[in-house]
Amino acid sequence: MAKRSFLIPGVDKRLLIKDSIKSMPDFTRRRFIAGGASLGALTLLTGCDVVDSSSADTLLAKVSKFNDAVQAWMFNPDALAPTFPESAITKPFPFNAYYDLDDAPDVDGADWKLEVRGLVDNKKSWTLDELYKLPQVTQITRHICVEGWSAIGSWTGTPLRDFLKLIGADTRAKYVWFQCADKDGYNSPLDMRSALHPQTQMTFKYANEILPRAYGFPMKIRVPTKLGFKNPKYVVSMEVTNDYKGGYWEDQGYNSFSGS
Amino acid sequence: MSSLTVSDEQVSATPAKVIQPAWVRVMHWTNAVAMILMILSGWQIYNASPLFGFSFPREYTLGGWLGGGLLWHFAAMWLLMINGLAYLITGFATGRFRKKLLPITPSGVLHDVRAALTFKLGHDDLSVYNYVQRALYAGIIVVGVLIVLSGLSMWKPVQLHWLVMLFGDYPTARYVHFFCMAAICAFLVVHVLLALLVPKSLRAMIIGR
Repeated sequence: MAKRSFLIPGVDKRLLIKDSIKSMPDFTRRRFIAGGASLGALTLLTGCDVVDSSSADTLLAKVSKFNDAVQAWMFNPDALAPTFPESAITKPFPFNAYYDLDDAPDVDGADWKLEVRGLVDNKKSWTLDELYKLPQVTQITRHICVEGWSAIGSWTGTPLRDFLKLIGADTRAKYVWFQCADKDGYNSPLDMRSALHPQTQMTFKYANEILPRAYGFPMKIRVPTKLGFKNPKYVVSMEVTNDYKGGYWEDQGYNSFSGS
Repeated sequence: MSSLTVSDEQVSATPAKVIQPAWVRVMHWTNAVAMILMILSGWQIYNASPLFGFSFPREYTLGGWLGGGLLWHFAAMWLLMINGLAYLITGFATGRFRKKLLPITPSGVLHDVRAALTFKLGHDDLSVYNYVQRALYAGIIVVGVLIVLSGLSMWKPVQLHWLVMLFGDYPTARYVHFFCMAAICAFLVVHVLLALLVPKSLRAMIIGR
């Protein structure tokens, strides 16, 4: 009788065992999938063109491209990222990079010049003093990292769209591509519609102080409608272009649009 | 010849009752695959910046690294969302939700939970859900809707800001997403355990009868 209470009447024990085995997770198969996916990531990291890359990776890359298109379709150029009061600012605002702060680019502001290339009328380089003289605005917005954490900061600088107008950029071009001073040559493409968003900013100050080295001195591109890695720091040049030139994280598999 | 025809008719005249229609079975297993992919890749993404003082073991994550986990997560989300939407629409349109899941009364749930805990809860007629099942299945549908809405909030916090406001703010949406995942995992354990205790219910979910 005691035994019966653990089994529901009419249960065939043999069928029970058979069914349980069937519904057990197949560990070897899962390891295979996980292993295959990490192997794929490794080939992306090394940048090698692997001929026999798994079909899963090919499919995932295709879906990611599709997701780029969906996000571009969803993007509303008039939708503003939420702004916050000063009391909401995250203190301290985190330093975040794939290297330690000690290894961050240490740019000499006096020597630094912003190079302007590509589909623009005026290709002159800009010194920091010249850029500081441009009209600036302050925004307190949320920075959202691809890892999931977020922080609210206060950014001051010139709207990128004003600068693009000033240099006579062809705003029908597809991208503004940024090159940074990082030793690995960090770079990232920004789609033109996001570049022209009213809140997209060439940032020169954090919390009303000259942008510290930790946050990208002398210039960071602040894009509150994008994930953090699409906000390049230590920028040395920008290129207006129709070519997709890839990017540091984009080439490793992060979704290129990565809008928020 | 004629006798053969007659016997054929006799067989088909008494077909076993269809407990789970084909659309339920297809969507159930599609959802199972999508959920597992979402959970394992979600754990990979969680590990990049844990909300709590723990990480998920590497061998139970999908994608190999954050970028890989994101690729899986944002691919499987289409499977989950399209299948989930189709399930909700069909469930309401066919009246299945109403017929199978209602009513859910607190006293009924309490009674059946007590019966289940003392191993006295029968499940002989697979076509009728007891109150524990009704509460669990209705509950998990709500959690499923919540996890998609909180996920969309985290994916597009600017474009879908009105959705973020529903949860309060971005970090809260992230916690909601996590706790919905935890609820789904808990449901999965109970659900699989109960299915194993009543294997004919598993059979019905595979072949329909």
